[in-house]
Parts: sequence; C-alpha cells; structure tokens
Amino acid sequence: MNTAAPQLVSRLRELCRGREPRIQLMEVCGTHTVAIFRTGLRGLLPPELRLVSGPGCPVCVTAQRHIDAAIELAARPGVILATYGDMLRVPGRRGSLERLRAEGATIHVVNSARTALDLAREHADRQVVFLGVGFETTAPATAATVLEADREGIKNFCVLMCHKLVVPAMRALLNAGDVPLDGFLAPGHVSVIIGAAAYAPIVAEHHRPVVIAGFEPDQILRGLVALVRQVCEARAAIENVYSAVVTDAGNCVALDLLAKVCVPADTAWRELGTIPQSGLELAPPYRRFDALERFGVQLGADENHPLCRCGEVITGKAEPADCPAFADACTPLSPIGPCMVSSEGTCAAWYKYNRAAVQTGRHG
Amino acid sequence: MSMQTAGTGTQNRVVIAHGGGGELMGRLIRDHLLPPLRNERLAALTDSAVLPWSAGEVVFTTDSYVVTPLEFPGGNIGRLAVAGTVNDLAVMGATPLALSLGLILEEGLPLEVLDRVIATLAATAREAGVEIVTGDTKVIERRASAAPGGTPTEGLFINTAGVGRLRPGVRLGLERIEPGDAILVNGPIAEHGLAVMSVRNGIEFESSLRSDVAPLNGLVAALLDAGGDIKFLRDATRGGVAGVLADICDGRNLSLEIDEARVPLSATARHAAEMLGLDPLTVANEGKCVVVVAEQDAERTLRACRAHPLGRDAALIGRVVDTTPALVELMTRAGGRRVVQRPYGEELPRIC
Repeated sequence: MNTAAPQLVSRLRELCRGREPRIQLMEVCGTHTVAIFRTGLRGLLPPELRLVSGPGCPVCVTAQRHIDAAIELAARPGVILATYGDMLRVPGRRGSLERLRAEGATIHVVNSARTALDLAREHADRQVVFLGVGFETTAPATAATVLEADREGIKNFCVLMCHKLVVPAMRALLNAGDVPLDGFLAPGHVSVIIGAAAYAPIVAEHHRPVVIAGFEPDQILRGLVALVRQVCEARAAIENVYSAVVTDAGNCVALDLLAKVCVPADTAWRELGTIPQSGLELAPPYRRFDALERFGVQLGADENHPLCRCGEVITGKAEPADCPAFADACTPLSPIGPCMVSSEGTCAAWYKYNRAAVQTGRHG
Repeated sequence: MSMQTAGTGTQNRVVIAHGGGGELMGRLIRDHLLPPLRNERLAALTDSAVLPWSAGEVVFTTDSYVVTPLEFPGGNIGRLAVAGTVNDLAVMGATPLALSLGLILEEGLPLEVLDRVIATLAATAREAGVEIVTGDTKVIERRASAAPGGTPTEGLFINTAGVGRLRPGVRLGLERIEPGDAILVNGPIAEHGLAVMSVRNGIEFESSLRSDVAPLNGLVAALLDAGGDIKFLRDATRGGVAGVLADICDGRNLSLEIDEARVPLSATARHAAEMLGLDPLTVANEGKCVVVVAEQDAERTLRACRAHPLGRDAALIGRVVDTTPALVELMTRAGGRRVVQRPYGEELPRIC
C-alpha cells in the first residue's frame, strides 16, 4: 500500500512552522481520534499544531441518566435489552449493563437496530428495549426499524432514544468558547448522512473552517493540510476531501427517514449538560415506541464520579493525562468514565497507544 | 427419557438418553463417533488408552472449545478442537501423538451437525497425523438457548487433551530471547477472529473471510528441521499477535519493534477490522504462530516457512531491541510509532 504520508507531513510542518500561538484543531469523531493514534500520526504532527479530541464518541457523550434508565429498564421482569456492545461497560450510578447481565438480566449485544427487532419477533412474550445510541450514522437505522415495527404492528418493541446530532454539539462548544478552536476535522461517516452543507452554520456563524476527511492516514493528513491552509489564509469554508463518498446534500433516504420518524429535541450530554435541539426523539405518531413512555420511566439526574474529567476531555478543555484518575484509578479494566470504556474514547486511545502514557502510567 | 420419545420426532437430535450410558449412547458412539474417527485404540472402547512410550519427555496439554457459531467459514468447532490442541503441543517443540476427545452435547443438538463436526475433526486429526485415542460423551439439558431471550448456545462443547513427545535437542523458551532476534509470523493475521465475528454479527464482506484454523505441527517441524536457532514459538490465538508480543515483552522485559508494512494482512481483513473498529493485531488466529529466531538464522527460517503450504505468506515482521522501558512498538505505515498492547478482554465491535 503506497502512502503519501511523508510528503503530507512535510507539507503540514511547512504550513505550521513558526505559528504562534499554535493552531488548535478539533477532530470531532472518535474514529478519527483512534485512527490518529493507531496510525502513529499523532507523533508526526508539528509542535505548532494541537489536535483536540471532540465529543464524537457515542458512548462517551451518552449521559449517565440514559445509562441509568437503560439499567432500570433491563432490570424489569420480562424485558430484553438490546444494545450495541460498547455500551455494556459504561458505568451508571448503580453499576453497568455488563454487571447487570452477570446478575441475570437479559441483555443482548446486537449489531443493528434490525437485529433488536428480530429479537422482538422471536420473543413475543417479552418486551424488547433497544438502546438507541449514536449520531446520524446509527439514527437512520433506528428510525427505519421503528417504521418497520409500526408497519407490522409489533407491540413488544421500543427504543430508549439517546441519539445525538453532531452539528449542534459543535456549535455549543464554540458558543461556550472555553477552548480556542481554529477549525474542525469533520467525521467521514456522519457526513455521508448529513452532507457537507450541514456544516454551514459553523462557517457562517463562527467563521471556522470545516474539512471532511476519511479515516485512512493519508485522508486524515489531507484533511489537516486543508484545515491548516485555511487557518493560515484566515479563510473559513467547508472543504470536502472525502468527496468520493460524501456529497453536499448527504443521504436523502436516511435524512427523509429521520425527518419522518424523529424530531430534534433538547438532550443531555455527558458532562456537557443539555444542548438545545441536539438530540432526536420519536415524532408524535411513533411516540408509543418510546421506552421511557412505555414503561413510565423518568430520566434522573447525573451523578458523575467526582474524580472523572471526561466532560472536560470531550470538550477539549483537558487532556486525559490532566485527569487525576487517568491510568491510575481509571483504566480500561476498571473504567470510571466513559472515555475509558469505549474503544473510541479519547482516554482509552491515549492509554492504549500513547507511549508516554503507557510508560509512566500518567503523562501524555 | 424412553427410547420411544427418542424415536418420535427427536430421532435426528441429541436427547438426554444419549448420555445415559445405555443402548442409545452405545448407538451414538457406534454410529456417529467411531466410524469417522476410526482407529484401533478408540474402537477397543477401553476405559483408558494405552500408548507405547520410549525415552524422552512427554508434553501434555488440554484446551476447551466453546465457539459460537459451531460452524464458520473455513472450519468448525471440530477442526478447532484438533488444531488448537495440536498447535499447543507443536509450539512447545513437541511432536503430537494422541488426543482425547471430551464431548459435551446439549439436548436438542441436530445429529447432522454433530456428524459434520466429527467428520471435520477426524479429517483434521488425519491431516495432523494424530489419533483420537480416548473419549467421553455427556449430554446436558437444554439450557438458555431455549429460554426466551437467553444467551443463544449451540449445544456442543469439546475438550481435547493431547500428548506429544518433545523433540530431542529442542530448547524453546522466553528466557532464550535476546536483543537482535527476529520475529516471524507464518501468514496473514486476524482471519479467524474476523470470520467468526462477521458471522456472529451478520456482516458479509465483499470477498468472504475464512478462518485460518489449521494444525501447525507440520509447519513447526519444518521450521525446526531447517536448523536455525529458533528460540520461542507461540500460536497467536485469543489476544492475537499483539497478545504474544506482549507476553514476550513482559516475560523478558525486552522491547519489540514491529514494522506495520511487513505484517501480513489481507485487504479484506483490513477493511473488516476497520469496519468493526478492531486492531488486526489483537484479533484471534487459529493457524498462525509467532516465531522468535536468532538474527543470523532469520532468512533461513523464513525460507523454510515459505516452502510450507501454511507458511507461504510468512514474513519477518520485526525484531527484539534493547530499549527501556520495555514496550512493543509498531512503526506504522504512515511513518509514525505507537504502542501495541494486549487487548483488555472481549473486543467489542464499535457502534458506528
């Protein structure tokens, strides 16, 4: 496999040389965070460029109240909880789904919403609750499944809606203004769905460049070069270096599905609080598939671990090594915060791939 | 359970009485197990097998197999049960001689599935040149698989123990590894784990992934016969190649440098791992071993490996170095470096 990485790295170094203060770019998506570590790119970046990991790991941004609700539902008699695998180990107030499963609750790991619906078909005497987590990548599949359940009159299927939207979170970060960000590396797969044009508010309201890139090292580096070039030229535009798969308008079928089945709603993010219109809930005609409504469960308050600084990590305010628990009380084997649980979490990626962090157990 | 029950509608499935030590069990053994496994020692149906022995050291191992699904592209639990135990013997420098076969069948298991598994198991034993010399069969009640929402089980578990004779003059062990030694792997990695995971998750990849499950005793013998100073061998099963590299690093307190571009990996496996969010280095193999060989014998050992059908795509992927602290580092294709660690537990495919 040929790579243009060395040339792209040189180009990046030339562009960044002497920049003061250093350029800060946010890679929004957890898949980018992991790819940047896994491919060793992080160590190749010029010192004048800092990459900040963003709130783009679905596990990491799911509020504790949603985990608690999932645990409460899974503990009810007759319920089968269906979830994506990486949600299993996220700690709620009273343990994790993994622990609940060991205690006898019926919790299935599924790879798609469709599989959860199949479970409902197979187990007509049980209620199947699907934990609907993820951004615009997984939300259309949840919507399609709800539509299918509605069409077939399946009554023992419902969804705990935790789906989130990427662009409102980016805007919230910029509005909060806690971390100076010069631009965003936008995630390839979310952009396939929402389209490049969806980032227009970031450019129009906040004058920050947005570059959409794929996940191969060369694609990431091309994205970073494009971003840094815009920053150097004081430009702010949407650039798409992943145009083979990402279009301007996005995936119309998926977007239509979302528009039909879901409505945007204020939702709570882990540590970030409630962000206006940043989540999805089921539209009134499909409300009866909402797990909270069906079981009369209320979302509680979040009581995050006092040591955990995941909230600051996913907003770029802190790096994992700044957290007193990192690699000490909080490790992948006994995670305190979600960023250490998910394979795409920033803390897990640091712990796993960063030589300095591994070596000293602490510092990045 | 009476014979009558077994004869009405459940004829083609395992029933509790199959494990009862009576006529039905005798039939199961006579009709479904002995013919494919055909060998004299087993056919004698004695309580234990009596094996001839000469001087030398015995190598003895055991392993249990609980894979879901029972059948996957490239193999099934039967092939796994022979190859896994044979490989555990082979990488110790032993010539595998005989295996035991403990079967735990779940009530309701289709006999045709059992037949397929045993046929493959027998064929794999022939391929490896080992005999199944003793065995045991138990039937357990149908468990959670039948209960609504229970964890699906497939109703067949296998334990195989194996004995082998240590090859004279072979000295293998972590303690022999030194800086400068070369690290070799005998072919494309991650294929077993990805094949099983793709079936489990209902994902199909453009060209289908197949498990690499294979007995490696022939390959290991060829490597040892080539005469190079081989210091350590381990099959890279659960935990993948990363797990073995971490064992070496921890066990010897030495660093390893791995060159990503040299690690054999098919394009399909690379895409599948990417899609599932997994690092191919941490994904299970069932027909791959990591070989540590003295630097001056690396090329010779590589040639011997490539001359064997199970080592055609072998590669020297890195070396042992004397840097502190002891870490496994991957020199990436992009020109960077990063740490390789053993996976923490079950590798979970990511959400999106």
